[in-house]
Amino acid sequence: MRYRLHINGAIHQVEAPAEMPLLWVLRNELGLVGTKYGCGKGFCGSCTVHMDGAAQRSCQLTVGSIGSAHIRTIEHIGSTALGARLQNAWLKIDVMQCGYCQAGQIMSACALLAATGTPNDDQINSAMAGNICRCGCYNRIRSAIRIAAGMQEDSRVA
Amino acid sequence: MSRELTVIDLERRAILKASLLAGGGLALEALIPLPTLARDAVQGKRAAAHLSAFVSIAPDGTVTVVSKNPEIGQGVKTSLPMMVAEELDCDWSQVRIVQADVDQSRYGEQSAGGSTATPKNWLPMRQTGAAARAMLLQAAALKWDVPAAELTTARGRILHGASGRSLGYGEVASAAAALTPPDLDAVPLKRAEQFTIIGRPVVGVDSARIVKGAPIFGIDTRRPGMLYAVYEVSPAHGGRLVKVDIEAARRAFGVKYVLPIVGNGDADTGLADGVAIVATNWWLAEQARAKLSVEWDLTAAKGHSSKVYQAKADAAFASGAGADLRLDGDPGAKLASAAKRITARYDYPFIAHAAMEPQNCTAHYRDGRLEIWAPSQTPQRGLEALHKALGIAPETITLHLTRAGGGFGRRLMNDYMVQVAAIAKAIPGVPIQLVWSREDDIRRDYYRPGGWHSFEAGIGSKGELVAFSDHFVTFGDGRTPARGAAFNASMPPAGLIEHLRYSQSMIPTVITTGALRAPGSNALCFASQSFLDEVAHAAGTDLPGLMLDLLGSRREIAARDNGVAFDTGRARDVIERVVQISSWSQQKPGDAGGAKGFAFYFSHRGYFAEVVEASVTGRDVAVHKVWVAGDVGSQIVNPMGAENQVRGAVIDGLAQALTGQAIEFVDGVVQQSNFNDFPLARMPMTPDIEIAWVRSDKPPTGLGEPALPPVIPALTNAIFAATGTRIRSLPVRLTA
Repeated sequence: MRYRLHINGAIHQVEAPAEMPLLWVLRNELGLVGTKYGCGKGFCGSCTVHMDGAAQRSCQLTVGSIGSAHIRTIEHIGSTALGARLQNAWLKIDVMQCGYCQAGQIMSACALLAATGTPNDDQINSAMAGNICRCGCYNRIRSAIRIAAGMQEDSRVA
Repeated sequence: MSRELTVIDLERRAILKASLLAGGGLALEALIPLPTLARDAVQGKRAAAHLSAFVSIAPDGTVTVVSKNPEIGQGVKTSLPMMVAEELDCDWSQVRIVQADVDQSRYGEQSAGGSTATPKNWLPMRQTGAAARAMLLQAAALKWDVPAAELTTARGRILHGASGRSLGYGEVASAAAALTPPDLDAVPLKRAEQFTIIGRPVVGVDSARIVKGAPIFGIDTRRPGMLYAVYEVSPAHGGRLVKVDIEAARRAFGVKYVLPIVGNGDADTGLADGVAIVATNWWLAEQARAKLSVEWDLTAAKGHSSKVYQAKADAAFASGAGADLRLDGDPGAKLASAAKRITARYDYPFIAHAAMEPQNCTAHYRDGRLEIWAPSQTPQRGLEALHKALGIAPETITLHLTRAGGGFGRRLMNDYMVQVAAIAKAIPGVPIQLVWSREDDIRRDYYRPGGWHSFEAGIGSKGELVAFSDHFVTFGDGRTPARGAAFNASMPPAGLIEHLRYSQSMIPTVITTGALRAPGSNALCFASQSFLDEVAHAAGTDLPGLMLDLLGSRREIAARDNGVAFDTGRARDVIERVVQISSWSQQKPGDAGGAKGFAFYFSHRGYFAEVVEASVTGRDVAVHKVWVAGDVGSQIVNPMGAENQVRGAVIDGLAQALTGQAIEFVDGVVQQSNFNDFPLARMPMTPDIEIAWVRSDKPPTGLGEPALPPVIPALTNAIFAATGTRIRSLPVRLTA
């Protein structure tokens, strides 16, 4: 099947079986490798993208189901004010260790802050619970979200 | 310098080679005799003969430092260049880092493991930076015709105070390249209070690219015309390929090649029998696996089941004390005559590494040469494995190191590298990327092996520990423990009491095992520090009190089997510090109503004491806070990375205990498959973590591992304090 996909503000033409997950269209067909494969079952959140602004696991979205929805990936999130704020906050306290899951973490955090400008800790925990960080950078991810939300000025990590 | 860092081979001297950079500037290559860690010498292993450091200064002042070791999230790509830049006395913003390819002849050992990069590189990296600075100073002195002693440096500039002149390093870099390099051992090094880069929080050198999703991981490698591969192996460990019908898979959409591959049956070189499916898209290759019809010979795995292993451990305990690993004094008699005697059995399961980036490797075979892009912790061992398994000569291979999405010890093994090379060699001219599914990763790990301990302790009339024994049942062939399954005969309370026995029995296994972050220690610490907590309760004290009593006066105790002396003073200091910062009291509930548990361990040259505060509601354990006191020497190189390593280690340990992690087998078939049945820590369970560094006067050591072991028994001891239920088996499974 041929698809015209709206990804990162451009139209991409791909030919793929309808049931191919968006993740593998991005990574293997379009060369957008920032979106990561972690589990293929929607357990880990490494492959999180935005579909019309909502955080979605791209390993669970078939290419045939995308239609005219607008997809945004980590490669393009910095072009939004919120995405850029999150990236800067991530760097301010150097959230990452290996860094592999961080694209998905940022995409989930971005969807959280778009919906809830100043989330409390329970809201942060619940919005981020689907994103695994094997290195255990969770304290810093929480702090970076607070920094990006303007709720924390300093570089404290707790 | 501590004993462990003694340079064994004194006659070897450092060699410095200066040359002119293409386009001008100074290139400095240091070939430095590696301070052979005593552990390597004890084990008869010769470390690489030298360590190389490469630093160059371009005419525009840009400093380029070659990072030779694999970066797996431990931060070495940032922290080692910081050491060079510090002594070069440049501005960190001037520094560029280049990842080296694998080249033993130029770089010596290139590996990530054992928390060794900091202790091995602390002196040589700084010496190299200092030598470069000395040459730049000399060049400026010649240019201005003043004594070099009148010159000072700061942030990449050379200053002549008397005349007020100054210049940037780049302006004399080319001139410096013509000078004779100084004697590396004679170049002066900064005192710690002069540091401007070391000890300051520095953001990781790849971080800015990571937050943008830039292609820097192994799995992100893309080559023109590249195809994607999966590698189907036996469902049971040790299985062999009998026959396969590949026709249906070959006809599947997108599939280009289906290749049955007969391995060498050697788990160490990693070429298991299998069937490679190569397609235009990885998902298409993965889908085609279901169309394979394979017959496997699974007889080798028969009986290799978790329940059978448990029965064998029970039988080993019933049949006696096993083979002695260490016998001090007369523990049998002292146990028999002790005022109080307590016994307990502990066990823990096999667990997987589950790094977030699934195992993968990219290879391109053409014109008799192999080019590889690998996220490996031990790429040089990968070259050896390729030679052994496939007969590919190392000199015909170009091996690029990519950033790895986590290691935790899994990528010490190079099985994925051998597999992709076998596939690429069969399809010359086509770049191949092999990616394992998460299910492959969980089912074909080199697991942290399970183990069982039967402890006995004798307590004297004054509450003192008079005798101690541990019968360890582990995996191995009867003579040698399996990889990652060895005991540590220096484990406390060994060396601290007179009468002690450590003994061992082994169960043979076909399951591949290996090192997992803080290997050995991650499990031994849980068992021994939990049992010592039982001893403390029986003796009417608490574990910090018992440990301080056992440690006694400040002294060094020579190691029995790992070459690293144990400093009781450093142990005392971290215990006392964590008691202080956590307001330790086992009786009084904490602010959040939880109970506290404590544990101490010494591993990978690091001293760590930790306190966990937790509460228990029904079957659920909530960890409120963790306090960590650690001594890894006089200097924390990069506090930003160091604290992250500690927090990560704490969360890793909590996950091992609390999320239900266990790999189980039925006739060699792994029963778990993905993060639903092999869970990892998630944000909601993450406690507040407070870290205190205890600065001893010893050279800095590594942080990838030593903060992990104590958190598990600190947690299980807290659960006991909260509930009265003793956790003697991991993972923690409470009944409501």
